[in-house]
Amino acid sequence: MTTVFDPGAAAAQATDAILADTLHGTARGVVVDSPPGAGKSTLVVRAALELADAGRPLMIVAQTNAQVDDLVLRLAEKNPELPVGRLHSSDADPYDKALDDLPNVRKSAKAADLAGLAVVLSTAAKWGHVKVDEPWRHAIVDEAYQMRSDSLLAVAGLFERALFVGDPGQLDPFAIVGSEQWAGLSYDPSASAVTTLLAHNPDLPQHRLPVSWRLPASAAPLVSDAFYPYTPFRSGTDHGDRRLSFAVPSDGSGPDRVIDEAAEAGWGLLELPARHTPRTDPEAVRAVATVVRRLLDRGGAATSERSPDPAPLTADRIAVGTAHRDQAAAVRAALAELGVTDVTVDTANRLQGREYDVTVILHPLSGRPDATAFHLETGRLCVLASRHRHACIVVCRAGVSHLLDDYPSTEPVQLGTVVKFPDGWEANHSVLARLAEHRVAWRP
Amino acid sequence: MPLPRTRGTALRHRLAELRGPDVPAKALDARALAALAANPGCRRRAILDGAGVNKTALASALGSPSAFGQSQFALTRGNAFEAKVKADGGAELLRLVHEKLDRAAEPPAHARVPELTATGPEGRTARTALALREAIEAPGEWTLLDHPMLALDVAGSPAFLEPDAVVVHPDGSWTVVEIKSFPMLDGSADPAKVGAAARQAAVYVLALEAVAARLESTPRVRDRVLLVCPKDFSNLPTASAVDVRKQRAVTARQLERLTRIEEIADTLPAGTCFSPELPAAELTAAVESVPATYAPECLSACELAFHCRARSLESGAVTSLGRSVRAELGGLTTVEDVLSAARGESGDPDDPAVAALRRAAQLRAEAVAGCR
Amino acid sequence: MSLISTLARLEAVSTGRAQPAATVRHRRLSERPLVFVPLTTAGEAGAPLGALVGTDRDAPHLLVVPQPRDRDLRFTFLSELADVVLPYIDAHAEDVEAAERTDTDPETGKRVKVEVELCADAPQLIVPSRAGVEYVRLLGRSMRFRRTAEQDPEAPYPAPPRVPLLGRWLTHFGERARVPGSSLLLAMTDVLSRHWATGQSTLEDQHLGALLAWIAPPEGETGAEAAVRAELARDRDGQLLCPPAGPATDPAFDNKLLAPAIERYDRARTALAASEDGLEADDRLGGLTAAEREIRALVASRTRPTWDAVWRGLDLLRELPEAGRVEERWTRDRWSFTGHRDRVVAGEPPQPRRDDAVTAANKLAAREREQARLEAQEALDDPLVMAGRRLAGEAFAGEVTDVVMAYSEGKRPSPRPLVTVRTDDRPHLGERAKVFRSLGGKPQSAEFVGHEGDSSLVVLRVLDKMGRGKEPEEGSVPQKGDLVCFTLFEHEQRGGAKLPDPEQTPWTHGGPPGEQVSEPADAPTQEDVL
Repeated sequence: MTTVFDPGAAAAQATDAILADTLHGTARGVVVDSPPGAGKSTLVVRAALELADAGRPLMIVAQTNAQVDDLVLRLAEKNPELPVGRLHSSDADPYDKALDDLPNVRKSAKAADLAGLAVVLSTAAKWGHVKVDEPWRHAIVDEAYQMRSDSLLAVAGLFERALFVGDPGQLDPFAIVGSEQWAGLSYDPSASAVTTLLAHNPDLPQHRLPVSWRLPASAAPLVSDAFYPYTPFRSGTDHGDRRLSFAVPSDGSGPDRVIDEAAEAGWGLLELPARHTPRTDPEAVRAVATVVRRLLDRGGAATSERSPDPAPLTADRIAVGTAHRDQAAAVRAALAELGVTDVTVDTANRLQGREYDVTVILHPLSGRPDATAFHLETGRLCVLASRHRHACIVVCRAGVSHLLDDYPSTEPVQLGTVVKFPDGWEANHSVLARLAEHRVAWRP
Repeated sequence: MPLPRTRGTALRHRLAELRGPDVPAKALDARALAALAANPGCRRRAILDGAGVNKTALASALGSPSAFGQSQFALTRGNAFEAKVKADGGAELLRLVHEKLDRAAEPPAHARVPELTATGPEGRTARTALALREAIEAPGEWTLLDHPMLALDVAGSPAFLEPDAVVVHPDGSWTVVEIKSFPMLDGSADPAKVGAAARQAAVYVLALEAVAARLESTPRVRDRVLLVCPKDFSNLPTASAVDVRKQRAVTARQLERLTRIEEIADTLPAGTCFSPELPAAELTAAVESVPATYAPECLSACELAFHCRARSLESGAVTSLGRSVRAELGGLTTVEDVLSAARGESGDPDDPAVAALRRAAQLRAEAVAGCR
Repeated sequence: MSLISTLARLEAVSTGRAQPAATVRHRRLSERPLVFVPLTTAGEAGAPLGALVGTDRDAPHLLVVPQPRDRDLRFTFLSELADVVLPYIDAHAEDVEAAERTDTDPETGKRVKVEVELCADAPQLIVPSRAGVEYVRLLGRSMRFRRTAEQDPEAPYPAPPRVPLLGRWLTHFGERARVPGSSLLLAMTDVLSRHWATGQSTLEDQHLGALLAWIAPPEGETGAEAAVRAELARDRDGQLLCPPAGPATDPAFDNKLLAPAIERYDRARTALAASEDGLEADDRLGGLTAAEREIRALVASRTRPTWDAVWRGLDLLRELPEAGRVEERWTRDRWSFTGHRDRVVAGEPPQPRRDDAVTAANKLAAREREQARLEAQEALDDPLVMAGRRLAGEAFAGEVTDVVMAYSEGKRPSPRPLVTVRTDDRPHLGERAKVFRSLGGKPQSAEFVGHEGDSSLVVLRVLDKMGRGKEPEEGSVPQKGDLVCFTLFEHEQRGGAKLPDPEQTPWTHGGPPGEQVSEPADAPTQEDVL
């Protein structure tokens, strides 16, 4: 017997349970794991509005200014009447100018100026400098898995209870100095905020959003298996719900063939001949740029549950992801040479939380003579492989599988630490195995 | 006409030839495992370990003896500690297994400690398998296997492994116990040593899984092992559970790849032999006939490292200075190539690696010159 | 590894000599450092075998534990070590100067300046290698919870007076050594490899003998040859010519020389204990003394080469001029030293086994700040370090080709001159990125406006440090033809978030740790009493 999976119902059920625990539960904290594109921001906004409706003063902690501004805009969009405070730093240009157009959003560098507003938002760094006599009744901590434990320590005194929301599969927070001496301690300051929180409060209700609305049916199983083996999720859409088509037929070149493969299968691997290269491998960079150029030139159109009428695949719906900044710069330069200027090109760190129709990725291990822990980090590949709604095209030199096999596995082990699982080595192998099924070999 | 050989025996025969006449195969010991982890891409190490060549003897015969040794102080202390841990029928050890891994089970008031002595590694392996089967036929009891012997198929031939102990829980599941003599000080221990212990334990887990798979009830081999160490500055045992899933996954894949040794063996000239009895020149030629990928990490993991280092330096390989050195050099692999590209004497200026090198050389020269 | 240091290493290979990795010295070297070369017993934690220690390179104190498993002998060793180290520390603790510190007034909660003492100089401990630093920590941990007979008359094996105090100090040194850029406790191999790039790997650089061989090879030998000799050459008895810098000893030494000597010592001691009359005892005491002397000679023979190597390293480092901002960081070391002195005087308990949540977070934040400070300061102090940052796109240098006066908008327009810099560097400048240059030791900030024509012309808008007037102060704006260097990283570090007091630890981190209980000493076990 098979039961039909109703993604909408499953997601609604999860959301209801989260809101019930948040608004009516007795636990001081509620933790929500949200895989890529599962509606985390929607949840945060909804929880914020309901808490505000219930008359509970709310503070929201996000990790970057862009995330804070994005949430302010979303809140104002849902409820323009809601009195919102944006606490910001005293640097120049501390917030998005778009906030100035919102009449009910007050901005200040001083928390006292924002007292009494229904919702006050800021970054963890800024909240860390705020002192209050009376703590907020409630807080929402966004991107809690990317927040460091010490950062939570600095702000946790500001609220009585909190909803922690984040994606456990993305890049872990890190410290720029060694922190081994605290490894294994429940409150290791360099660990993620959620790790510390749950170590001390193991009985907190933990939820997860079970449906990715972003990832297509072709991508969700791979991303779920490779990066979330213990907290699997499904795609909100089915095979055939989304379609990517091109007005201009393939010219038979590698880039065109891989575009067609990806349009059909959701994944495409454009494999260049094996060779050791510097990070800014000119051939690979040119290949990435060419794929983007062809994506734009071939009159792509995306059909999905959102738009039954084909929506044109424009530059703002495409992104390029790299591991390093210099690679991003090289791709931008190559794109500019091909006359493409408005496609987002960024590193995994900066693409976290963003969404596009098609992504083109320069594989972090492409052409490398050696793999490093940085390049094998699970989160990095997870971010790069989970930004797309329709298709993901990976550009890579042959030989990465060998590189992985030859990678020394001599990691030190700290007693008492929770093993991060799966590890990057394995995740990389499973992603590569899948990509190999959609390989287009090309000698540029 | 000889009977046609099966593929397995043919390989085994070939590997015996590589070891040399009458040279027994060396077991895959902790150091071989360490070398496997430190440099899985090295074909030379793969074939030598796969064929069971004694690399210590080989290194000495090549004139670059390995520098590994153990102080008798450490040895004495280690043995005394292990004896202490296993004293009284392993009462303390079982107490630690119960406390750290299986608190829900009945505390081990007494345990079965089956006799495992037998003749030869094959005999001991069979005896161990029998003891394990008997243990799961006695549900609700704790069983301690002291120095069992396990066999693991490595590249077609069995490698014999001897864990410090294996414990069978009352629920029939199995735990690998590693006893080490480095201290756990205030709850933490040297991460490099714990890592090595975890990799070693992972191999035992794999070997146990093979035994379990042959049993009808396929008992569970726990993926958390027990690491027992002296507590703080004392000789009292303390323990910590270590999750070895990662190490297990990596080792399983690497052992699978060891089957490549057949392919490596096929590339060797006929008559190649690594017997330490051979004249040094002949031996050197045999060793050189299979390529190595030397990296400085080999120095602490492989007996042959000094030989390979000398060769690597002679050939001017930049990786002699560390794997990471190559990261930004693109296709340039030798010291001379890099320096000549940096000086502008060779290399394609449009290659970003070459361009960056020249820029680096210029910036460096300016900075150093400015201070003279 | 950055390309610049890779190149330096490859040049070292090709020239046979280490190449400069710095043009100035980035660590403080005290005029009178205390050098400490410890040896430990294999397989046993915290069982010292002996040490050379002292401030006089020609007359080190030799301390030896003839039977490392004997608790009394170990205590004697630690007590002797305290007799050398503590007077050295005390001498620095006494010499103070007046200083100001900002503190929170407990009554008003306001930040106020208070007059305090600051030690005029701090002691400096130098060990051969990173393992030596680890060993200082281990010794500190093994001693600081001990109780003396005076502290606890019931203690079964009371420690000699001052041993717990030495433990607290060694713990402090060990902990301070984790702070980037600090110089209170230095490992010679670390300091040398910070300043020279050898033709071997960083792993091999951990061998003090090999490292020195590359930096100053003997006449007629290349660094590579000398390094291999230092690493591997053995005498006819199979002993290394250049013994390892410790604290671990070479197994061949343990097995061939040390073990038999300790056995003879044990036998002599048993014989002495069994002597039946005074005459026999005198005779056997002579045997014991001889056996002990033999072990002392063995320990001396394994530590003296390392001792000399450390001092040779100091000589080499002293040839480099001290970098400009080292003094500032050393002052932080002095604060750290003074702070611990005050805690000891105030009768505070020894450092706990593990930090509480707030202490751990504060330490991590402080170290991250110091790391950023160190990276910025080293670059500003040293053109070779700055070259690396320029290559990485984190700084750029060039000539000013144009300056256009401009002003901010608003009621009181301030100068915001536009400065164009021609550079061959390729800085990663984002839109309106902030850049900084050092102006009289203080950072002046500017923002990136855009490129003029091609990317080698960078236009910047200078933002501050031009005085209060409408016109910029003399010398505060770069002039056409000036050579300037801007960094994309900040020169000074901001303070981090204010963390709660430990007793205010929030529920997310387990709540307050509770009353600090005095940590019990490690329980004695049978094994360490013979």
